[in-house]
Amino acid sequence: MTAAELLAVVAARELRDDTTVFAGVGVPLLAAALARARHAPRLTLVIEGGIIGPEIAPGRLPISTNEMRAGRRATMLPGITDAFLFAQRGFVDVGFMGGAQIDRYGNINTSVLGTDYWNPKVRLPGTGGANDIASLCREVIIVTPHERRRFVERVDFVTSPAWLRGDGSRRAAGLLFGGVSRVVTTLGILGFDPDSRRMRIEAVHPGVSVATVRAHTGFELVEAAHVAVTAPPSEEELEALRALDPERRFLG
Amino acid sequence: MAVGGCLFSRTPMALVRELLRQRRRGLTLARNLTCTEGEFLMVAGAVERIVTAWMSIGLPWGVSKILRHFVESGRVALEEWSHLALGLRFRAAAMGVPFLPTLTMLGSDLIAVGGTKTLQDPYTGATLAAVPALFPDVALLHVHRADRFGNCQIDGYPHMDADIAQAATTVLVTTEEIVSEEETRRHPERTVLPGFAVDALVLAPFGAFPHECYGLYEADFDHFAEYTRAIDARGPTAVADYLERYVYAPPTWGDYLDLFGGERLALQQRRARELVGA
Repeated sequence: MTAAELLAVVAARELRDDTTVFAGVGVPLLAAALARARHAPRLTLVIEGGIIGPEIAPGRLPISTNEMRAGRRATMLPGITDAFLFAQRGFVDVGFMGGAQIDRYGNINTSVLGTDYWNPKVRLPGTGGANDIASLCREVIIVTPHERRRFVERVDFVTSPAWLRGDGSRRAAGLLFGGVSRVVTTLGILGFDPDSRRMRIEAVHPGVSVATVRAHTGFELVEAAHVAVTAPPSEEELEALRALDPERRFLG
Repeated sequence: MAVGGCLFSRTPMALVRELLRQRRRGLTLARNLTCTEGEFLMVAGAVERIVTAWMSIGLPWGVSKILRHFVESGRVALEEWSHLALGLRFRAAAMGVPFLPTLTMLGSDLIAVGGTKTLQDPYTGATLAAVPALFPDVALLHVHRADRFGNCQIDGYPHMDADIAQAATTVLVTTEEIVSEEETRRHPERTVLPGFAVDALVLAPFGAFPHECYGLYEADFDHFAEYTRAIDARGPTAVADYLERYVYAPPTWGDYLDLFGGERLALQQRRARELVGA
């Protein structure tokens, strides 16, 4: 089992049936397709290319959010702006996406490394729809490899807002709802302390210790009163997942 | 200059190619997700600024090395907006209003990049982002079919082309097919750009290739892989060579398509038909 397989299986379990999920391409979309194939057949996917309700075909995983593979058997193609406006109106239950750099309050940076936006040390691709998903979905779940260089005390640039500087600042900025609820990683599942909005360890994957999670995190994590151990991916889950990505485009 | 389609979907490649051939300079490109066409314009020295939400080709090919080269060296400014915010900038212009209120981008550092101002809702006092209308001087678009009056129809996802066309001062369109006025009138619900919004129309079959056109041909991922491998090995020089081969050397669009070959084009057509179940 690869790290990406573990991540996709555990992330898929976070999604509920009868919900509307705004998914980014790569592991998040793969996990959402897995959830649809198993426990959430009535989950409606929204893809930022202006695509609602597609059925992703095994072996035909989209590379981008704007292509026929992403739009396969869609129920509606409203256009990009209007797809996001459904989220702004509050129709989208979960935003499901990755992130390059994430801080203790769940804020994500996919724009620039370095402190001067106009003279970046490293230019990253940018927000795409990530800022909109993070701003407008009723809840956001981040799916990411757990690496120390990604989990930083403070992101260089807030591309996608979660809890900003802790409790209160998200609402004060004018964002009416939403925020990151969970961060599903290759080591465990993290949530946020309801008072301080600091990231906290809630579960570890089998064979992973809390100390290992801490060692791979560049800031001090809060620890839940009871840290659970996630159930290992079952053969059935892995089989269904591998059927979706036989070319192993995203599974490694 | 706004470029329609999105990322590697329905990019008006024939128009971008002609723009490069005319050796234009000093342009600002506005496009929500910027792909290879943005790299071409950077390497050719055609753009000074790119207004976008994202730039690269796609996950399998990593962060664009051309983007990094030109932005990190300060040669091209990348003005980043959220996908929706930029969409609303075109929508505001399309509606003929100076801005639109939205919740998106609030609280993020993107607000400052484009100088977005916030305002208070005059009814409730709530904070909103006021994203300014973007009126492009020129829009380049590619559509599935159009009649001789410029009424244009798009199949599949419409992206933002209708808003962009309504927003722009001058609208240049290429089309896969020119149909009769009668054909337009048979399916008026498919018309997304009215003729009065279109200034010039050119017949260009495969006009988005190697990017995709919904239902007609899939994007050529093997071509992207070959292109990015060359960049990995040789940096921006590889793109300059690519432009020589695909843009400057072939005199016509037909000559350009011949470089890919009929077999490749037919394969991409078959793949598209499979994907849309046609």
